Amino acid sequence: MPAPQQRRIIFQHIDEPGYTPDLACYVRHGGYEILKKAVAMQPAAIIDEVKRSGLRGRGGAGFPCGVKWGLVDRKSGKPIYLVVNADESEPGTFKDRYIMHQDPHQLIEGIMISAWANNVKQAYIYIRGEMPHGARILEKAIAEARAANLVGPKILGTDYGCDIFVHRGAGAYICGEETGLIESLEGKRPYPRIKPPYFPAVLGLYQCPTIVNNVETLCHVKHIVDMGGDNYAKIGTPNNTGTRILCVSGHVRKPGYFEYEVGKITLGELLHEVCGGPLPGRKFKAVIPGGSSAKILKFGETFTLKNKDGSSRTLSVEDIPMDFDTLAACGTMGGSGGVIVMDDSVNMVEALANINAFYAHESCGQCTPCREGSLWMKRISHRMVHDRARPEDGALLKSVADQIAGRTICAFGEACSWPTQSFVLKFGDEFKAYPETRNASKTDGSLELV
Amino acid sequence: MNLKPETLRQIDEVITHYPVKRSATLPLLHLIQEDIGYIPAEAVEWVAAKLELQPINVYEVVTFYPMFRQKPIGRRHIKVCRTLSCALMGGYKTCAAFEKEFDTHRGEISPDGEVTIEFVECLASCGTAPVVMIDDDLHEKVDGARAKELSDEIKRQAVGRNKAASSG
Repeated sequence: MPAPQQRRIIFQHIDEPGYTPDLACYVRHGGYEILKKAVAMQPAAIIDEVKRSGLRGRGGAGFPCGVKWGLVDRKSGKPIYLVVNADESEPGTFKDRYIMHQDPHQLIEGIMISAWANNVKQAYIYIRGEMPHGARILEKAIAEARAANLVGPKILGTDYGCDIFVHRGAGAYICGEETGLIESLEGKRPYPRIKPPYFPAVLGLYQCPTIVNNVETLCHVKHIVDMGGDNYAKIGTPNNTGTRILCVSGHVRKPGYFEYEVGKITLGELLHEVCGGPLPGRKFKAVIPGGSSAKILKFGETFTLKNKDGSSRTLSVEDIPMDFDTLAACGTMGGSGGVIVMDDSVNMVEALANINAFYAHESCGQCTPCREGSLWMKRISHRMVHDRARPEDGALLKSVADQIAGRTICAFGEACSWPTQSFVLKFGDEFKAYPETRNASKTDGSLELV
Repeated sequence: MNLKPETLRQIDEVITHYPVKRSATLPLLHLIQEDIGYIPAEAVEWVAAKLELQPINVYEVVTFYPMFRQKPIGRRHIKVCRTLSCALMGGYKTCAAFEKEFDTHRGEISPDGEVTIEFVECLASCGTAPVVMIDDDLHEKVDGARAKELSDEIKRQAVGRNKAASSG
């Protein structure tokens, strides 16, 4: 079967020969024409287009962008800030990197349109510290745009102005959580804030109303203004509109990034036809569909979902369309679009131990259940792999995870529990048998994962 | 603490980016670390004075964020991604290959002072796993053989630098 066709809107020019990150190239390809269109529109009209587009945030939570903008306190008299979440850190996710490195002006145009729509005078791009080249590319692109009156005071001959500064993180995953990011931008430890009252739309950066949007999300805004919200909403599937970039890594023949209309490609098509299927001699075993905190799917399991008319349908893992709602109905999430594939060479105890080490390292330590729990999950799974495993360890891991989720200030508590909960639920036999299989997996040449 | 004039210029510039000086804490620490290689205790005091903060306000930042270090490292910094997608493609082997090449262990300075090798968490390039950063540069699909090549290159550059130093 031929691979379904990509629809490249955001990644239209990514990897295109001859396409360079400078302003001249961007303008040659029609760049900043949409910003010109936008500043001729009423800001409220742009917000309305974004609402009608149905755009959902591409950073992880899938929250509707227009609703987020609608929550902004516009009567406080305080400045409104726009903060770009470019702290791409969810394991398995690698899309914003390419936008920022190869097409930075697309992001800047999206920022300026969103800034105009929301009367923002100052925007910050919070880019992860491990992308120093990306930060320099963005700074250069902003300087070019500033020189061309596209960023800065009085853009495009209007009285409106907005500046953009690049702010580098320093290696902490929790800065991707929007209130942690704001704390970090204020020069502090990135301890997430409690909501309420600290909803960024009301009390964000410097206690001012603040919009925090993901890089890919802001790029979509440009295309929504270009084609109109209603036309954009025709792309994809109802309530799951537009395109999204799916990042595939792990055990497939052709990993990479692919842009599809949301919900128009199934997980099976993506992995078999687009990514070339499993490595030679291997079979798919499990897949994490939306970044490492998304609950794992086990090949062979099925999901019975209710249709709108009351009937039901049964889906295999391969049948699941890659949209927010179906993935949620299957007990996992579309998250950040990071698809991590594991084949039958992988022992799930060891894969979980790898993930648990990540979350233990990245817990900010503010809430006791997460700080202690993520560390215990790491220590238990590490002990299973490197020291002594007991048949009841899976249940022990699950009991720790169950005591974290729902008891923390931010969603990291869920993010670090879901892997353990889902691995133990779906691969419980493997955890029980691990005391016997452990030594075999050490000598069969399989890769060390932790 | 002797910062280069260019660093001092950048520090004064970046402080103007924010309505609240404290926001410049991370940028200042980055600039200082890029200049002198790490964040010594006196830099914490210096940044605090510069931004009108208490030293603890800066110290708690230095000790939280993984990229800031309070001790010098080797001349080159090799960061190997440890997280799942890279591990699935052999990231642990890649790290071991670098350790063998430079006769060192993760987190230590190699005996020749040339490198410090570290495991880091996800570098957001999972499709080209395993990935490694050497100083500011990302290297993709770094298997054992590629790790050897990259190590040889670092060693060649070190020889070139030593020659230049002894002849100059």
